Amino acid sequence: MPTTELGTFSVSSMQILDEEGRLDESLEPELTDEQRLGLYRGMLLAREVDQRMLKLQRQGRLGTFAPSTGQEASSCGAALAMRESDWFVPSFREFPGALMRGAPIEATLLYHNGYEEGNVFDGSPRTLPVAVIVGSQLLHAVGLGHAMKQKGEDSAVVTFFGDGATSQGDFHEALNFASVWQAPVVFFCQNNQWAISLPRDKQTRSRTLAQKAIAYEMPGVQVDGNDALAVYRATKEALDRARSGGGPTLIEAVTYRLMMHTTADDPTKYRTEEEVQAWWRKDPLVRYRRYLESRGLWDGGRQEALEAEIRAEVEAAVKRFEERKDFKIDEPFDHVFGARDQGIEAQRRAFLDRIEAEASRA
Amino acid sequence: MPKLNMVQAINLALHEEMERDESVVLLGEDIGPDEGVFRVTAGLWKKFGARRVLDTPLAESGIVGAAIGMALGGLRPVAEIQFSGFSMLALPQLEGNASRYRSRTQGRHSVPMVVRMPYGGGVRALEHHSESKEAIFGHIPGLRVVIPSTPRNARALLLAAIRDPDPVVFMEPKHSYRAFKEEVPEEPEVMPLGKAHVALEGEDLTLVVWGALLRPALAAAQAVRDARGARVEVLDLLSINPLDGEAIAASVKKTGRCVVAQEAARHLGLGSEVIARINDEALMYLEAPVGRLTHFDVVTPYFGRELSYMPNAARIEEAVLETLDF
Repeated sequence: MPTTELGTFSVSSMQILDEEGRLDESLEPELTDEQRLGLYRGMLLAREVDQRMLKLQRQGRLGTFAPSTGQEASSCGAALAMRESDWFVPSFREFPGALMRGAPIEATLLYHNGYEEGNVFDGSPRTLPVAVIVGSQLLHAVGLGHAMKQKGEDSAVVTFFGDGATSQGDFHEALNFASVWQAPVVFFCQNNQWAISLPRDKQTRSRTLAQKAIAYEMPGVQVDGNDALAVYRATKEALDRARSGGGPTLIEAVTYRLMMHTTADDPTKYRTEEEVQAWWRKDPLVRYRRYLESRGLWDGGRQEALEAEIRAEVEAAVKRFEERKDFKIDEPFDHVFGARDQGIEAQRRAFLDRIEAEASRA
Repeated sequence: MPKLNMVQAINLALHEEMERDESVVLLGEDIGPDEGVFRVTAGLWKKFGARRVLDTPLAESGIVGAAIGMALGGLRPVAEIQFSGFSMLALPQLEGNASRYRSRTQGRHSVPMVVRMPYGGGVRALEHHSESKEAIFGHIPGLRVVIPSTPRNARALLLAAIRDPDPVVFMEPKHSYRAFKEEVPEEPEVMPLGKAHVALEGEDLTLVVWGALLRPALAAAQAVRDARGARVEVLDLLSINPLDGEAIAASVKKTGRCVVAQEAARHLGLGSEVIARINDEALMYLEAPVGRLTHFDVVTPYFGRELSYMPNAARIEEAVLETLDF
């Protein structure tokens, strides 16, 4: 018997705005000017928050965090394509998108200063908190997608993760489950080239991460992750497909982590300054600003005004964050179970007695 | 009242809860047309369809992780892990996420799901099919762990577990699945979670057990009564986390003597915690050191040697007599 070819597969990559900000008009997504400007604001705000947090961390005023500088187009472009009724299921480097969806700046500050209160804020109830275990949240996205389908909602789910997560078993289980169930889920991979110190080519031999979708019989597409328009377009298409019963999609956004993995890490140990500089020249904010300028939506004056506005907004948030003192010391005892348990309550009383005794001795 | 075995009683609870609440869905391996390897899901796929009884791909982390998402999305998933030995592949999802969404979000989100799994030895099964790992789950704050011991309480506790707003690991003693029948009320009966049950009242010694050891414990109590006239109180824990420390202390204060028996390995087993609770709350009432009968700190042997390692009625009786005679 001769061998029979059972299938051929291809993977495509999309770019709409190149590194110089030149636009491929045939692919330009339909957006209102308000959306175009809102996207820029979201990216600029995220950059300012990130850089401000870095300073706060270095001054000992904030805990360890994972900077997102360089990845704003991926996070914010995807968030812009989502509806409020869609679920945002993030990794630990996704606060740009969370801010876009209405999470307050103080929330990320509180979270990164060691308070669960950072996961609790008014509005945006479908913006989930960070699940730190890499890739574990992808399965929650699948279950959420299935629940939306079961309940007859036309909501979908976007879950975010990095290149490192594609090595986890949960990534493969999630893609497989989502495909079998045709769950309305967009798997959004922020391929930022580095999983702490491990480069992308040592993470997997696959030429693209998008091609991992092929094995699960779902669309997989690579986009320039520093091109907010391409990210938006790919995410919008995937969400439209998901909503109309077309099942899940894997998006690989090719981007770069311009900062350290977290503030506890020194990237000069494992990557060159030349590489980092080359990616700075692909800064997603610069090219998107050029795009706005070319559409007559932006100029130096507006830039200055927005920068001042955002700085003030971030400063005000930092002030509110640093003034906040209402952290109930025994709060964790409130949230073990939905119902109070007598054993846990007894431990709470013992804990409070100890805290009080220590305070009176001090 | 119909007489049911434990498999039938659990099946009844699933039928009742799926009828009562549209948001209850089942997921697991081979639970659909095949009705589960132990037939616990018999008739459910036929009655409620593939939309609510989902046969999943073969991946335990996937099952539990997806169930977490379903619960966050407003469903009440009841997941089946085919054998508890395979639940270790889902441990990261249980420990890392299911038990934490409530505290992570200070109550904004919770994970109302049940993960059912047959556990325990004595059924001549392959490796990973006979373990008792309740202490591993019981150590995780935010995760309820329930172990029924009879058909009636299995049904009543499962109803409570499905209605509970938090994740519940529901460990079913598979040795008891078809070992005996019990009358089960016609109307749905719900037992509170977190409470132990006095299965037999007595004044002379407290015998603490859970799961499949309830029956050998009752047999041992009868044997001791026949031989010595001593009355053993058998306390069936039912809940591993939270542990009903009050019930343990109350019984020991009454009897002054205690033996705890477990199928699980000795080191850091639940028996250790039971003894610690007695130490905290009832030490001065003790007339003898607390006796402890356990498996050994060896990997659960294949079934050729299995029974030599497990507690049974005769061994429990011996441990009880030792503590009575101290």
